[in-house]
Order: sequence, then C-alpha cells, then structure tokens
Amino acid sequence: MIPSMSRRKGKYTPRKAPDHKLATSAMIASLDAEGRSTIDAPFGHALTDLAKRREDIVGLSADLSKYTDLHVFANAHPDRFYQMGMAEALLMSAAAGLAREGFVPFATTYAVFASRRAYDFICMAIAEESLPVKICCALPGLTTGYGPSHQATEDLAIMRGMPNLTVIDPCDATEIAQATQAIADTPGPVYMRLLRGKVPDVLGEYGYRFELGKAKTIIDGSDVLFISTGFMTMRTLDAAAALARDNVSCGVLHVPTIKPLDTQTVLAEAQKGGRLVVTAENHSVTGGLGEAVAAALMRSGAFVPFRQIGLPDEFLDAGALPTLHDQYGLSVDSIVSRVKTWLED
Amino acid sequence: MSDGIENTGANVSLQRRAWAIRRNALRMGEVQGQGYIGQALGVADVLAVSFFHALRFRPQDPEWDGRDRFYLSIGHYAIALYAALIEAGVLPEDEIETYGMDDSRMPMSGMAAYTPGMEITGGSLGHGLGIAVGAGLGLKRKANPAFVYNMLSDGELGEGSTWEAVMSAVQWELDNLIAIVDFNNQQADGPTRAALATEPGTEAAKWEAFGWFAQEVDGNDLQALVRAFDAARAHPGPVPRVIICNTMMCKGVPFLETRDKTHFIRVEADEWAKALNHLDAEVPL
Ligand SMILES: Cc1ncc(C[n+]2csc(CCOP(=O)(O)OP(=O)(O)O)c2C)c(N)n1
Ligand SMILES: [Mg+2]
Repeated sequence: MIPSMSRRKGKYTPRKAPDHKLATSAMIASLDAEGRSTIDAPFGHALTDLAKRREDIVGLSADLSKYTDLHVFANAHPDRFYQMGMAEALLMSAAAGLAREGFVPFATTYAVFASRRAYDFICMAIAEESLPVKICCALPGLTTGYGPSHQATEDLAIMRGMPNLTVIDPCDATEIAQATQAIADTPGPVYMRLLRGKVPDVLGEYGYRFELGKAKTIIDGSDVLFISTGFMTMRTLDAAAALARDNVSCGVLHVPTIKPLDTQTVLAEAQKGGRLVVTAENHSVTGGLGEAVAAALMRSGAFVPFRQIGLPDEFLDAGALPTLHDQYGLSVDSIVSRVKTWLED
Repeated sequence: MSDGIENTGANVSLQRRAWAIRRNALRMGEVQGQGYIGQALGVADVLAVSFFHALRFRPQDPEWDGRDRFYLSIGHYAIALYAALIEAGVLPEDEIETYGMDDSRMPMSGMAAYTPGMEITGGSLGHGLGIAVGAGLGLKRKANPAFVYNMLSDGELGEGSTWEAVMSAVQWELDNLIAIVDFNNQQADGPTRAALATEPGTEAAKWEAFGWFAQEVDGNDLQALVRAFDAARAHPGPVPRVIICNTMMCKGVPFLETRDKTHFIRVEADEWAKALNHLDAEVPL
C-alpha cells in the first residue's frame, strides 16, 4: 500500500526516487495490454459498419469524439455526425430529440460527465419515455490516473438507479463490437461503458459471444466463483490462472449486463457446489454489480459465502494507473492475495 | 508595477515573469515527456500579468484571507498554474521534478486538496464561474474587499452552467468578480469556432449584452493585458468584469507555434531540451 500523504497540502516528502516512465497521472492510460493482442477502436469501427446497414443510426459527441473512438464513425459518415460542443446536458436532450424523430442516436462523452452532469437530462428526456438513445462512455471506473474529475467510480450505481435503462460493462474489444450491434437492435435506452484506443482482446479464445442480458460462464472451477464484469473479467481470469498454480480452482462468470441482471444464471451458479462467491468490478463497492448480486442472493434466500472486490467508497487519488490498481485492489496480485486470505478464514 | 504583491521580489519585468513561467512549464513537461504544454505556453503572459501585476497574495501564506482568489476552472491547465505558483514562490522550484508522479503535490489535473495555491478542483469543466459567483457573494458578505478571478477556457463557454453564472453575476452586481477567458480557439475535438457559433471579435459583445464590463485583448501582449486588468479592477460600474484573452497555443517556442494545433500537442523526447535551449538563448531582463 502507498502511504496516503498525497491528498495533503503539507510539506512534500518524496516516497521514492522519481521513475519517469511508470508514474504518471496522465488522463489517457492503457489497460495492461502487454503481451496481449489488442484491437484498435472497436466501438468506432463496429458503429461505422453498423451504420452502413442502418440508415437510422446517427452519432453525437460533446467535444469527445476523438476520445471515445466516435471519430472513426464521424470520418466515415460525416453527414450523420453531430458535434454538440462541450455541453453534456444538450448532448442528451438533442439525442432525445433525434430519437423522437425516428433516429437511433449514439451519444458519447466520458462516463463521469454522462452520469454526474447529465443525469436529469438522460432521466427525463430519454429514459422516462424509453427512447432508443445509446449512451456510450469512455473512462469507466478507474481507468485514468487523472483524479476524481475523470474517474467514474460510481457511474453504475447512478445509472442502475434509473428505470428503463439497460446498463452494460463490456470486457474487451470483441465484446464491445458485439454489444454495439446488440444495443442498436434493442428498443430502449442503454448506457454502455467503453474501453477505447487499443483495447485488449481476450474472451474470443474461450468461444464467448455477447448476448444482451445474459451472464455466461467463461471457465469452470470448484473452490471459488468469480462473478465479474467489465475489464475485471480479464483480471479474474488472470487471477484464476495464478490461483490454479496454488491448487485453488476458480470459475469465472462474466456479467456484462448489469441491468437487467441475469438473476437466474447468477443464482444458479452461486449456489452450485459450496464455492466462495467473489464479485469483482471496476466500480465502487456501493451500488454496482456486487450489491446487485448480494441483493439477488438475499431476496432468493440463498446464503452463500460472499466477498466483494471493488473500489472503496472514496474519492480516489491521482497517480499512475498500475499504482492505483494495486492501491485500490483491482490488480491481479491483489485479487489473488485476498482470495487466499479469504479461503483461509 | 507589482503594486499588490506582498513579499515578492519587485523590479522583475513581466517579460521575465512570463519567460520563467514558460520555462517552468517546459521543465515539467520534460519530466513526464508530456503535458498540456501548448496551453501553458499560450496562457503564460496572462498568468504573468495576473500574478505579478494584478493579484494581491502572500506567497508564504496562500490561504491569507485578504488575498485575491484565483480560481482555475480548467484542471488540465494545472501545469501552467504550477509554473506561475513556482515563479511566485508559493511552490518550491525543486518540486518540478515530481510533476505528475505518484504522490506528487502537482498532479496532472489541478485539485484543491493537493496543491497550495490551487484554490478549486478543476477538471470537470464548467464549474469555476459558478463557484466564483458564490465566492464573490461570500466576500461581500464578509465585507472583504478582495477580488475573485476565474480563469476559464473557450471550451467552457459551451457549458450551460457557465451562462447560468454569467447571468447570476449580473443579477448580484458582482463588481468583485473578474473572469479571464483563455480563448485559444481550441477544444478537444478541434477549433472552438467550429463548435460554438462565434466569430473573432464578437465574444465581448455577447458578454456585454449579458451586462458585463467586457474587454477583448491580445492575450500574448503584456502591455495590453496590463491595461485590461487595470481597467477591469478600476471600472466604476456595479457589474462583473470579463477579459477575453485571444492567445496563441505554444507561444514563445517558434517550432511548436507552427505545429498543427491539437488539444494535446505532441512533443518528441528531444524537443523539450530544444525548447528550453530556445528560451535560454534569450533571457529577458
Ligand atoms: C464537463 C467536461 N466535459 C468534457 C471534458 C473533457 N475535456 C477535457 S478538456 C476538453 C476541451 C475543453 O476545451 P478547452 O478547455 O478550451 O480546451 P483546450 O483549449 O485546452 O484545448 C474537454 C472536452 C471535461 N474535462 N469536462
Ligand atoms: Mg481552448
């Protein structure tokens, strides 16, 4: 753990000699793509292809098309792209207006700005009327070291609270591409988290295919069941591999659709064979997947050993993303060590 | 000059201050190999006049209640404000080496909890002017004669919240509020004038129509800035004041000035030293 002196105005005491390469609180940070194959701008390319077949698709951004990969679509279909300026409330209202006229708008910004600033505009102009606006947002959870202004640590909690809204947290490039198609085909409003730029591609090798509203088993295991969403499924798969070397057998249930939750699959898997259930999400422990699963278990009267991996209910530090993932428990190492401790309890 | 500054070396020219701000910012960029250097170089002259001509503050006591407040809305401009705070003696120069590092007091995006002299947490754009309205009301309530300055960007003129504050400041007759708009004609996706229906030279008229005392100046002309800040402070009317500063990104480093303008200007690894050498070749008195 990093001693938390950083959020103080006290005298600066360096923690260690500066390491120019590793430590940066820059806005754009990549997810550990090292050694993994990646695909460039999966959302932008998927939407571009889709728009070739569907005349009703339009794209809007609030001065963040380049940073949400929507620029790929904008370059391919310039007459169907609307630059709304840095005005997130307007972005959502205008998307609602386009939807009322029969179009299927994909609106992009960062997750913080859609969920925090534009909430009421999404809620009343879009969700209350179940308009088919697809809100696709980059920088979900802790995917930037830039500090709380850009860390959407509670977006799932905020969006889960909105009636009518489907909420999706895809894991990798292929899933983002498949989900882009799927949300265009579903009638109502959707909030989808995006990974942008070079996005790791991992689920393909397990023969996985995204289906809206479905949780799916990626690997089976007998001691621990990870129930994970978003890029944390990459991490739980890596943690499962590491734990296997210590003879701990872990299964991974991937839950990309947070709402509506695939309660049936979650309950069936969680009650199978006395496994320790560990939810894992790139989100605050408050109001995300973990609490959704816990509530489903309690409501059904299923009492299983349950632990939660997620971000603390705090405004997080700025810093290098790998540092922060270690500090706040999203790294593979920290998952592995906590699971071991929990199994010993 | 430097009429309001307490405990800061007098007799240093504004040219020299602006040069030092640019130099500090380039050194921070060099530490990380990145940073919003185009913005920092562009706004250096505005910051020099703000901190070394207009503002009253005590470098050793950044929370002194008599200070003029300086609210930076634009979190990503932190590199520029750190550079000015170092030149002002609020932050020590040797912390340049920590810029953007884990546990640094100078993270890439400006936040109040981290840095002396960083009054508000920026980054989520469109907050600053509203907070400044509240501070202006609070100062009046306390009969504190200080000014509150808010430095905001042209991109922030797209946010509705900015215009809510624009109208409120007039309603409350906030003659202690001075907005400084860095109009560099740049946003994340491209030129500001391609996103907001604004022509060069028309921005002041818009603010005037809302009831502000508005001036539009060349934000890289120190003398013009001094006159504008003096006029903003001295204006007799019970209205808020705005100085729209047309700035050029990368100003002061010719090989960057001519580079294609983007929100995040790429600088190659060897170019930081090249830029610093360019500055060091001609040190203003
Ligand atoms: C509310 C909000 N929306 C979007 C962003 C993402 N963003 C960061 S900087 C920026 C451009 C804003 O324009 P400006 O400040 O004029 O940019 P610059 O001159 O530095 O290029 C955007 C859209 C943000 N930080 N806050
Ligand atoms: Mg700008």
